[in-house]
Amino acid sequence: MKPNANNLWLYQILLLVAVFVAWHVLTATEILPPFFFGKPLTVLEKTWEWFASGKIYMHLGITLVETALAFIIGTALGLGIGLWLALSPLWSALLDPYIKAMNSMPRVILAPIFAVWFGLGILSKVALGVTLVFFIVFFNVYQGVKEVSPVVLNNARMLGASSRQLLRTVYLPSATSWVFSSLHTSVGMAFVGAVVGEYLGSAAGVGYLILQAESVFDINTVFAGILVLTAFALALDGLVTFAEKRLLVWRPAQGETEPL
Amino acid sequence: MSPPNNGAALALENITVTFAARSDGAPPYTAVRDTTLVIGRGEFVSVVGPTGCGKSTLLNVAAGLLTPSGGRVLVFGGNLSGLNRCAGYLFQADALLPWLSALDNVALGLVYRGTPRPEAHERAREWLARVGLSGHGHRYPHQLSGGMKKRVALAQTLIMDPQILLMDEPFSALDIQTRQLMENELLDLWSADRKSVIFITHDLEEAISLSDRVVVLSAGPATHPIGEYPIDLPRPRDVAEIRLTPRFVELHRDIWHTMKDEVMKGYVQSQKA
Ligand SMILES: Nc1ncnc2c1ncn2[C@@H]1O[C@H](COP(=O)(O)OP(=O)(O)O)[C@@H](O)[C@H]1O
Ligand SMILES: [Mg+2]
Repeated sequence: MKPNANNLWLYQILLLVAVFVAWHVLTATEILPPFFFGKPLTVLEKTWEWFASGKIYMHLGITLVETALAFIIGTALGLGIGLWLALSPLWSALLDPYIKAMNSMPRVILAPIFAVWFGLGILSKVALGVTLVFFIVFFNVYQGVKEVSPVVLNNARMLGASSRQLLRTVYLPSATSWVFSSLHTSVGMAFVGAVVGEYLGSAAGVGYLILQAESVFDINTVFAGILVLTAFALALDGLVTFAEKRLLVWRPAQGETEPL
Repeated sequence: MSPPNNGAALALENITVTFAARSDGAPPYTAVRDTTLVIGRGEFVSVVGPTGCGKSTLLNVAAGLLTPSGGRVLVFGGNLSGLNRCAGYLFQADALLPWLSALDNVALGLVYRGTPRPEAHERAREWLARVGLSGHGHRYPHQLSGGMKKRVALAQTLIMDPQILLMDEPFSALDIQTRQLMENELLDLWSADRKSVIFITHDLEEAISLSDRVVVLSAGPATHPIGEYPIDLPRPRDVAEIRLTPRFVELHRDIWHTMKDEVMKGYVQSQKA
């Protein structure tokens, strides 16, 4: 049976199993030292234990709350400031070099400053996530406004739109469509901000679990943490895809046909 | 020369449009020079000219979207400053809002004006029916064919009941059957309340079959009118049938005689550019 569109998922699962089997065999025969590479069965066991004992839920909850807050605040700020700067050429010209500088700065290095400002609680992680999400959304909104077709704009004006109405019916929809096209990246970045923030100093969260395990060289728990994070990153991505389909019905999809 | 034009719906007087030099060192470009064009109340005027001669530019001036470098625009005798609020504009390119359904697109102008949404939708539905699109209101522009999009755009403009209608090659992208269908529909809608129309086209047959008067523009740069022809064909007209009448053929021959040289000039210029 050759892989095709229908049974592809089967092969994808087989591939995953094969990787785990190879990992198991290599570490069980000590070709790869288990001290550094962990043991897949122990990793799965650890993961199971987390969920069975319920210990993981609090940490996961915190990481997800940080992600959600970073995403929401970062998107709102990016949308607001993006619209504002795109529509006021003077301010955008004035701030241009600073925006470029802030965007090219590796913003993870802000984490220690946020830790000092906001402490070790969730606020410092949210702040880090916001700086990561903000720029993605900001640049997309800026682009979205600049890419509004001048004909569509003139049409709305000729139909009598005031500048408020132009903002609401032309600029905002165009900008949000660009924001949505960057949603996968920005949700991912919010998650990265949360986990990296936790890893650099915290008292709770999945990143904290990983940090703790690492400090006692418990490599299996580190892997378990990575496994859980990956699964949730995938779930978040699925959620975004779902939201995208719902909210961007007006955009042409390739080869779209009407179901009977 | 202002008093004679006070009665006109729209008067472009001695309009000159010079586009500023672009950053790449190109010299300033005078698209339109010293053009006077007067549209009477209820008159249907077509403007023909070779591609790139400045037809859209002239229409943008009439709409108030572009401020001319020289000359003035009178709307029902008053000086135009800012957008022309008496005019509806049917653009050459796709101008529907892609994120709104056909129904919302048609209702848009009314909503801008503050009409309550249910009423705006009700009237938009009527207009969609009038342009033959009832039942398609829920579709988004990308789900409509080129001809359907033009109908939606026509309904979107006409629902506002503008006194002046500016149309920029509205049907040039359509196939010939759809086009003649739409031309007849346009004449029907127009004859109902006789708006003042400027209809831009590069198709002389279309111009003659629709209009009361045809204005021929020279090739660019520095475009200006080189001929005006009253069209004395009887109304109501069927655009396909009228083309077969001897008077139509005669008018076509006369006007084409003037246009031919300009079309050639325009062609040579576009080859050089
Ligand atoms: N914003 C602009 N800046 C510079 N040149 C322009 C601009 N708009 C139009 N032109 C030029 O003016 C001429 C007339 O354009 P247009 O009015 O669009 O022609 P058409 O008769 O095909 O509608 C063209 O040569 C075009 O390149
Ligand atoms: Mg044009």
